[in-house]
Amino acid sequence: MQPAAPEPTPSAFASLARISKSFGGVQALREVSLNLRRGEIHCLVGENGCGKSTLIKILAGVHSPDTGEIGIGNGRHARLRPGDAMRLGIQVIFQDFSLFPNLTVAENIALPSHLENRRRFIRPRHAIRIAAQTLDTLGVGLDLARPVSTLSVARQQLVAIARALPHATRLLVMDEPTAALTHREIERLFQIVRTLKNQGVGILLVSHKIPEIFALADRITVLRNGEVARTGPASEFTPVTLVEAMTGRTPSGRTVPTGPARAHTTPRLRVDRLACRDRLADITFEVQPGEIVGLTGRLGSGRTALAQALFGLLNIDHGRIWVNGKPLEPKHPQAALAASLAYVPEDRLREGLFLAQPVGHNLIAGLLPSLGGRLGWISPRQIRDPSTHWVQRLRIRTPDVASPVDHLSGGNQQKVVLARWLACSVNVLILNRPTAGVDVAAKAEIHQHLREWTARGMSILLISDDLPELLELSHRLLLFHDGRIVAELPADALDADALTARLEAL
Amino acid sequence: MNPPAHKPRAPVPHELILAALILGLALFIGLLNPAFFSRAHLYDLIKGSTVMGLFALGVLLVMISGGIDISFTSIAVFAMYVTSRGLVAVEYQGTVLVAFVISAAIGLALGGLNALFVAGFGLPTLIVTLGTAGLIRGLLLAFIGTEILNQLPAGYARFSRLTWFEHTLPGGDTVGLSPIFLVFLLAAAAVALLLRYTMVGRGIYALGGNPSAAERVGFNVPALRLVVFGLAGGLAGLAGLAHATMMRNANPFDLVGMELMVLAAVVLGGAGIFGGRGTVTGTILGVLLLVLLNNSLILLGIPTYWQRVFVGLILLVATGISAHRENA
Repeated sequence: MQPAAPEPTPSAFASLARISKSFGGVQALREVSLNLRRGEIHCLVGENGCGKSTLIKILAGVHSPDTGEIGIGNGRHARLRPGDAMRLGIQVIFQDFSLFPNLTVAENIALPSHLENRRRFIRPRHAIRIAAQTLDTLGVGLDLARPVSTLSVARQQLVAIARALPHATRLLVMDEPTAALTHREIERLFQIVRTLKNQGVGILLVSHKIPEIFALADRITVLRNGEVARTGPASEFTPVTLVEAMTGRTPSGRTVPTGPARAHTTPRLRVDRLACRDRLADITFEVQPGEIVGLTGRLGSGRTALAQALFGLLNIDHGRIWVNGKPLEPKHPQAALAASLAYVPEDRLREGLFLAQPVGHNLIAGLLPSLGGRLGWISPRQIRDPSTHWVQRLRIRTPDVASPVDHLSGGNQQKVVLARWLACSVNVLILNRPTAGVDVAAKAEIHQHLREWTARGMSILLISDDLPELLELSHRLLLFHDGRIVAELPADALDADALTARLEAL
Repeated sequence: MNPPAHKPRAPVPHELILAALILGLALFIGLLNPAFFSRAHLYDLIKGSTVMGLFALGVLLVMISGGIDISFTSIAVFAMYVTSRGLVAVEYQGTVLVAFVISAAIGLALGGLNALFVAGFGLPTLIVTLGTAGLIRGLLLAFIGTEILNQLPAGYARFSRLTWFEHTLPGGDTVGLSPIFLVFLLAAAAVALLLRYTMVGRGIYALGGNPSAAERVGFNVPALRLVVFGLAGGLAGLAGLAHATMMRNANPFDLVGMELMVLAAVVLGGAGIFGGRGTVTGTILGVLLLVLLNNSLILLGIPTYWQRVFVGLILLVATGISAHRENA
């Protein structure tokens, strides 16, 4: 069954041979070899922290490998520099986008190709032409003159993708390119990826989304703990064997379904005719204790605006809010927190965590008002004990509660944010794409925790584009469009295809 | 269905607000003291903006690239004093242009020293320029000299007596615009073109916006830093020599202490304190507004130590506004 035939080298555009890399004693990659062929979509998968991003950064010339060799075309390199990768035809879409927030959409897209062509002077109109053409192929309409910092995360991701396209690309590397995108944009991106593949471009794709991997991949390489756990044609994998290879264990069968919501009590959250300038209009709904309500819709449909409005990050023009029957005027996040309503934003790295601070400090941040003793002193034990408790409870993989959060992998960072609010036992938790960029195993764990906590009476508003996740977790779905709720759908009467159809029809 | 209510309105350009402020302030002071609008005073204002304007252009470059510079006054006084002393020693009689070129070259080299520490050793710009400021000024006073040179090369005096648009006052005195202002205009035009239409200029904005992305996309970041600090040093060298020709002496204790004013002018002009933002037009307006304010405080008979209070306040308010806008 194992095709042991050596790879026909002529078609391999890039090959990584026995690459090792360590950071401060931590072995990120150990003897990893990878062949990337023209016209082939190669998926690189593995749990958070398995070394995927390091491997990509080596290809991009950001990191240099300790040992090993990079072969591009006919050349052999011990390391690449950022300019080299691009000149050799490698384009990388980074997980953090690597955009210039202060520059316009047009310049963000055009500058790299200017650099590639070694231009010395630029004409603004020329940049706009390049950008407009690229966005056209992507089928996306964006205001070219807007600074990137004013765009939503999803639009920024589109700009990052667009930036990689106007080049004589021979290898396109994408690190979780769909993490912030909605269904429609993902479909469009896949079409483009397939077109590029047919034009002979090699593609290396990092993804956590199993359906996405099987929809696109010709070949799959699984990394585990910095080593190649398995590699082969996609046809040799099934979703089960893939997860097995990633985690090193067989996935446990069925997940526990979400428990029933308790009706006929005071609603946890009641919102009546809420409106915010041009972002939200006439939003009315209730959430019962123990209920998970999914919020979905296209980009800018108002789902994130609602979360921000409830948490006091957006000024409300009119409408009323009650939490546990008590009126809430969310002028400020403090007011929302005092009413036991918390929000975990989409961009956990920039908005949800103190990255350079230890895990423990991040965990207890929500508890601080209740912790301080006389004169506001907090003893180290008051930090250590509750944080150790939560690290164990949510099985956060960290060497120590004193390690900085930015040393953790994405899934574990997300658990830290969750634990912070669980520790304060909030009544209403709003989660914005809680499992974006989180690997399957960690995702299943996070889902499990959410179910457990709703069984105890917590209510959750779940914003997501992950349709299986929405359907699996939610009791009901609220469909947003143009700042309004256009439909309320019971989750058990829907499947992913029906929901996709509903979203497409908007 | 129901379209969203309205599109958010585009904000008023920063430059327009500044221009309006300058106009308003000028009218106000002109009403209180009609001498304000006299030709002599206007020429004085323009001349007085030159040194600060040259400094501000350099600081603008550094701030756009995401750094801060406080060594420019030390560089200026070093370049100016060494140039003047050297030319006096060789009894140079020629054109002042040579002096400008030498002074700018010395400034450029000292700016390169800043770049070396920032790009080569990855040190923060504030610390580096604080260090080089002390170093350069200390070396000047310890090794080059501490006396004020009053006998400057003849070219300096010829240049400073040169005036355009001469006009004879009723009393018999003549006033005119000093061509020193031209040095500033040329430098401003060059910096504006560099920032707007060259890849180096756009690279400086990119570097200020996201340094690691600038590197990943293939900008040569150390080279960009060399350009930024080199030009800032060169502009400081020009400013120093312009100052000497206007003062008709070379004083090694001059200029240092102006940092506050210049930084305030650049921030007031709309340069982002976190890098990546700023324009030449805004900077010129910021300089004009600050010079005007200083001048008018004098015209209104307000004691000079109040100037420092106002400038400090302006720096705080302008950075506050800048920070607020970047977080919005």
